[in-house]
Amino acid sequence: MKFRKELRPALICFGIMTVLCGALYTAAITGISQLVFKDQANGSIIAVHQKDGTKIEMGSRLLAQSFTKTEYLVGRPAGVSNLSPVSKEEKKLVQERIDWWHSLDPGNEKEIPMDLVTGSGSGVDPHITPQAAEYQVTRIAKDRGMTEEEVRHIIKNYTSGRLLGFMGEPAVDVFMVNLALDGLI
Amino acid sequence: MKYIIMQDIFYVAVLLGLSILMGNYIHKVMSGQKVFLSPFLTPVEKHFYKLMGMSDHEEMTAKQYTWSIIFFSAAGFIFLFLMLVLQGFLPFNPQGMKGTSWHLAFNTAASFVSNTNWQAYSGESTLSYLTQLLGLTVQNFVSAATGIAVIYALIRGFIWKQTTTLGNFWEDITRSVLYILLPLSIVIALLLVSQGVVQSFEPYKEVSTLEHGAAQVIPLGPAASQIAMKQLGTNGGGFFGMNSAYPLENPTILSNFIQLLSILLLPASLCVSFGKAVKDRKQGRTVYAVMMIFFVAALLVATMSEQLAGPVWNGVAASGSMEGKEVIHGVGGSSLWAVVTTAASNGSVNAMHDSLTPMAGFVTMFLMQLGEIVFGGVGSGLYGMLAFVLLTVFIAGLMVGRTPEYLGKKVEPFDMKMVCLIVLTPPLLTLIGTAAAVCMPEAATWLTNSGAHGFSEILYAFSSMANNNGSSFGGFNGNTVFTNVTGGLIMLLVRFIPMGAAIFLAGNMAKKKTVASSEGTLSTSNVTFIGLLIGVILIVGALSFLPALALGPIADFVTSR
Repeated sequence: MKFRKELRPALICFGIMTVLCGALYTAAITGISQLVFKDQANGSIIAVHQKDGTKIEMGSRLLAQSFTKTEYLVGRPAGVSNLSPVSKEEKKLVQERIDWWHSLDPGNEKEIPMDLVTGSGSGVDPHITPQAAEYQVTRIAKDRGMTEEEVRHIIKNYTSGRLLGFMGEPAVDVFMVNLALDGLI
Repeated sequence: MKYIIMQDIFYVAVLLGLSILMGNYIHKVMSGQKVFLSPFLTPVEKHFYKLMGMSDHEEMTAKQYTWSIIFFSAAGFIFLFLMLVLQGFLPFNPQGMKGTSWHLAFNTAASFVSNTNWQAYSGESTLSYLTQLLGLTVQNFVSAATGIAVIYALIRGFIWKQTTTLGNFWEDITRSVLYILLPLSIVIALLLVSQGVVQSFEPYKEVSTLEHGAAQVIPLGPAASQIAMKQLGTNGGGFFGMNSAYPLENPTILSNFIQLLSILLLPASLCVSFGKAVKDRKQGRTVYAVMMIFFVAALLVATMSEQLAGPVWNGVAASGSMEGKEVIHGVGGSSLWAVVTTAASNGSVNAMHDSLTPMAGFVTMFLMQLGEIVFGGVGSGLYGMLAFVLLTVFIAGLMVGRTPEYLGKKVEPFDMKMVCLIVLTPPLLTLIGTAAAVCMPEAATWLTNSGAHGFSEILYAFSSMANNNGSSFGGFNGNTVFTNVTGGLIMLLVRFIPMGAAIFLAGNMAKKKTVASSEGTLSTSNVTFIGLLIGVILIVGALSFLPALALGPIADFVTSR
């Protein structure tokens, strides 16, 4: 059987590209990243000092952890629903979440910020809106015996603004706030 | 709303600026001129040609050019398929991932070779590091490079006279990888790592959480290197299952902006390169303007829908729709991304498209259904748009009774046949695929939503695959034998039929002499022509899809009021 003459360069070219764009490129980026951006390249892990002087890894700054107790700042619902936001199914799911918030904080009659009753895109959104944090201030302060101002101060320390003043949205880092509330950082 | 508008305007302005710089650079590279990287890269390039057995520059006919692409893509397809099936026996697999099913491997190989990056799997629970970097990352590079090569073959068809050749595919692909894609992706990958995108060969990390002490797994891997190229090459396949919504893939507002720019950078730049190459910047400006008009209109509708037509629930503060969105991106950043990723044939997401409001879902679907020509894929978007330009020239020619011409070349029956293959293959396969899926008795079990929105999940899936986009309504379960096989075939056909047609169109154009333009020649760069072109694109898109759209997002919109 006679092969066309395009076959040989095709195989060699593919081989070259695999080595260049697959192996060498990835190795180079990994090498530089591990040297220059060691923390970021390895998952932005938060390590906390224990009383006995050892360090323990508590999680990633970028991935939400589940918080359900009244003393903590509670983040967005876990998981991704993929439901149409205007569907009956979504309405039912949201109502369950509204009820959950009311059972967690019975005295709170304020309207619930939307991010607290909707799933995120990743299912592990580490942030909530500043309004969603403010909604929880009174409860956390009461539970911990702190003043509301103290709680607000901690939240403010871990609130990021818009990039250049207009890009993206302000956000509160839930995990970091809770570590700070516990006095771990 | 004020900030959203500022952010959108800023994005378009930066994109315009960068695309002019990049467009001029690409033109220099692809026409063989010296650039600032030449001193370092020319020896490497020469060495590669020697390895490939090319002693000196050899011109290819349309047929040879097409065969080269077929062999090259087939090699990639087989390599990737085998790697997916056999990954359990290969190294760099710290999580011990097993080989995938044959149909998932077929679908995934077809998907990445065809620059679609539809994903019926979740990266962090299915693929080994080796498959990600040696299989998928490589296809991210070469499928985009193939697009650049083909658009340059077509451009040469327009500007070369009375010749049978179109350049050399191996040179085109080597130059686009070495001078354009690699340098850009190195810069962007490192920027992304600095923001917190992971890049490591370590196994996944396990930590115990603060409140419950429960175990939490933090997935790692060589992600940033792949993500940079997934955006630049309009590939869009996520390293992780939740794609760029996942914080380890897109952690900050800045990383979001960098990725957004990377998605449209090359397709937009190629419009500028086109204008330079045909020595008439106005021609490039015309297609750029048409793309931009569609883009801005789509962005307006999607953003307004997300901001103003979101759900209203008792006891919940009114705001833009937040289901399926990350807080840092919000309505503005998520709507912008949804439009950018479906205008380009990218398909990465930073929010769940299934949870878009009905009109925003409509916009994203319709942008794909137009044939991925509003910027579209790297290279493929522009040759798709140029097919529409020829169609418009042809229709206008019929109306005034003159032989249509474009860039001084007569447009004849053979050219129009190729144009029809480019224009009609995607809608045909979209509708056939959707219809076939709906006929499957078990189709309802693949869906998360019910009613019109459930149908939208199917229509979106096949619009995405049959236009090489790759995004999905995530509630649709694509990992079934039917969808993997049908979708895989559709993705291959819709990539390679129009691509082949574009090359043969180029071959036929190159043979012709140019005719001097006269007073009767239709201008293809004025406002009238822009209007005509928009009209033709809308008519083809609307006629093909209005019935299907009426059953999906439009019914969804009406019934949700």
